Amino acid sequence: MSTLRVEGVTVRFGEVTAVDDVSLTVEPGVTGLIGPNGAGKTTLFDVISGLRKPTAGRVLLGDEDITTRGPHQRSRLGVARTFQRLEVFGSLTVWENVVVALESRRRPAKLARELLERVGIAEFAGNQADTVPTGAARLLELARALATDPRLLLLDEPSSGLDRAETDEFGELLRQLSAEGRSVVLVEHDMDLVMGYCDHVHVLNLGRLLVSGTPDVVRAHDGVREAYLG
Amino acid sequence: MTALLAYTIFGLVTGGAYAVVAGGLVLTYSTSKVFNVGHGAIGMVMAFLYWELAENRGLPQWLALLLVVGVCAPLFGLVVERFVMRRLAGAPVGITLVAGVGLLVGLIGVAQVLWPPQARPVRPFLDQLGVHIGQSFVSGHDLVTLACAVLVAGGLYVLLNRTRTGLAMRACVDAPELAALYGTRPARLSALSWAIGSALAALGGILLTPVVQLDYVTMTLLVITAYTAALVGRLRSLPWTFAGALGLGLVQSYAVAYLPSSPFWISFRAAIPALLLFVVLLAMPQSPLRIGGVRGSRGVAVPNALTTGVGAGLFAGVVVALALLVDSVVAGQLALALVFGIVLLSMVLLTGYGGVVSLGQFTFVGVGAVTVARLGSPSPVTLLIGAGVAAVVGALIALTALRVSGLYLALATLGFAQLMDKLVLQSPIAFGVRGSLQVPRLVESASAQLLLAAAVFALVGVGVLAVRRGRLGRRMIAVKDSSAACATLGLNVRWIRVWVFSLSAAIAGLAGGLFAQLRETVAASDFQLFNNLPLLLFAVIAGVTSVSGALLGGVLLMLLPVLQSGFPAFAGVAVVLLGVAAAGLAREPNGLVGWGFRAWTWRRA
Repeated sequence: MSTLRVEGVTVRFGEVTAVDDVSLTVEPGVTGLIGPNGAGKTTLFDVISGLRKPTAGRVLLGDEDITTRGPHQRSRLGVARTFQRLEVFGSLTVWENVVVALESRRRPAKLARELLERVGIAEFAGNQADTVPTGAARLLELARALATDPRLLLLDEPSSGLDRAETDEFGELLRQLSAEGRSVVLVEHDMDLVMGYCDHVHVLNLGRLLVSGTPDVVRAHDGVREAYLG
Repeated sequence: MTALLAYTIFGLVTGGAYAVVAGGLVLTYSTSKVFNVGHGAIGMVMAFLYWELAENRGLPQWLALLLVVGVCAPLFGLVVERFVMRRLAGAPVGITLVAGVGLLVGLIGVAQVLWPPQARPVRPFLDQLGVHIGQSFVSGHDLVTLACAVLVAGGLYVLLNRTRTGLAMRACVDAPELAALYGTRPARLSALSWAIGSALAALGGILLTPVVQLDYVTMTLLVITAYTAALVGRLRSLPWTFAGALGLGLVQSYAVAYLPSSPFWISFRAAIPALLLFVVLLAMPQSPLRIGGVRGSRGVAVPNALTTGVGAGLFAGVVVALALLVDSVVAGQLALALVFGIVLLSMVLLTGYGGVVSLGQFTFVGVGAVTVARLGSPSPVTLLIGAGVAAVVGALIALTALRVSGLYLALATLGFAQLMDKLVLQSPIAFGVRGSLQVPRLVESASAQLLLAAAVFALVGVGVLAVRRGRLGRRMIAVKDSSAACATLGLNVRWIRVWVFSLSAAIAGLAGGLFAQLRETVAASDFQLFNNLPLLLFAVIAGVTSVSGALLGGVLLMLLPVLQSGFPAFAGVAVVLLGVAAAGLAREPNGLVGWGFRAWTWRRA
């Protein structure tokens, strides 16, 4: 069964149609969501995580229609995300950022430290979050999202701000997360990361779904090259 | 039918004057992004100045009007923009609001010194003229008012839509940095908008003098009316603002005509702008969760349990020493300072940590005071009941007002304070219109009062710090920094806000109970809307992010009337000091104690 189904989602801002009748499914594993700037990727994430109401269409998590649910309810059903423009809690320390998301669980302090170690930013634990480098802040958002123990994890450009070695480590982390049975959706401009680690890729262009398939299928598709180059 | 026509005309005339004031407010806000709470106060001072020139000095009316609206008011706007507001560009809502509040309080102080209270009749314009429409008479002044409203509407429309300056102004609203790249100068435009805004406040104020009389407070509170009208246009659209202003004028006029004239309904009329403010706010869509960019604030370091204990011990020692040393007058004053300090602690929680600016905090003090006074028992339990009632009222307000955030929320709390003042605190179930209530003291002697207030202050202070270090504290700061991220982490943003608001109201209510039994006699006038403004001002200037700031702010609040009665010229000095302090906030948002903490960490480093 698909983890997530998006059915006919359309988002209009006044005259502009940011997402135009997009239907896609997300299966367990790592799914890439790519497309040129302005393709509607982040808007689609906003719709899936509940921060934006679609003009039309439905969002289903498993069998459940969650279109009318608020973001915090979706989080409890297992949806978590990171943000393209960072949304860390700048006044709190890195550790507190994660603890905040854990406080309904047992032993939040210890769990938070483990999560920071897992994403590799334990060294920043005591720093105020608006002072850490961008790459670390992105990983912090990942740790914070993992704190909710999601089955669907939406990552919005997680690798920008990471260097090559860090990106490779991040790819390995993606594999682990997928091995744990989570479905990860990756909006990413780093094509090596997408092609190397994704099981399935959806390509958006100008708000429409251009093509879906394995990395090889997508790479061979003429329209994708045109969308990026043309 | 005749009466209806007459009241309609009257309503349109009043609404026209409101529209002039509101148009200025919208222009200033949309160009400089600073909401000027002192807008009405500028109109008030300028109306007094007009009286001085036209009535006291005998200048011709047209000349006085030209001097005030054409010269003094724009100059004043320029000065305020240049020396205070420009430094605050991009500062958080709390800081810019405080600057406006500082302006407001300062202007009232100046007006009271320059023009001590007395009746000041102002001749209407063109009083020999007038026309009859059916049975109704429309005076020359009314015609002038309507003409001004039409001219201002037309003028602003042409300015914004038909001139390059207007185009640049509209561009600056959306992206000042971008507009600057294309050769406009946001600073100059902001200055221009403040000049025009002040002129319009002055014009509106002068036009309204025959209706509202020259009064420090009534005219200053015009900002609520203007704000309500501006809110109809979402603080952006001038046509909707004008429509809103005319609507408000009509509603008020019809209320005078058709509502009964019992004391309750008279209070009710005064509360109409605030009531409509709530209606407009409730009709607004839920503000969307803002996404984009890291926000953080640098509060002063939160003391750990050990430092807190040491601080509390020191505080206890000093207070006990003072209680033994000082005479009963000083002890009473210190107790009052600590009670104010407790009120400010409620703002440390709400504003300092939670980032929610409330202009209605003193109203919760009033709720606590009324509860304790009505219970009339010298038992400490009444204090807790007072706090509980305030918490419930706070939660109810939060549930309605927290649909909106930031500036809108702050102004909603101002409207709430006005509503509570007129409809609840002045009603027979509370104090009554001119009534007061006797409250039995919990402890008799002044030094015992000091110790009681100190004990409560210390407990609440330690409690506030514990909240900050704990789960609720982390959550409320997370909500402040990014409510969108909170929501995606499964936190219920609305309930966290309601909790914080309610807890803060409870603390204020607790202070209210202490205040009531300390004073022994309390009246509605102790808790009116106006007392809220110095409260926020001193909270932020002294330091709203720390317990020490609350303590310092409490002492300053207590000293204010003492100093003012000692040195009548103090108001003038205070204005300058407030201006300096408000401008300094842009650099040190943790207030006066923030500078102290800075020096301390610098010395140790």
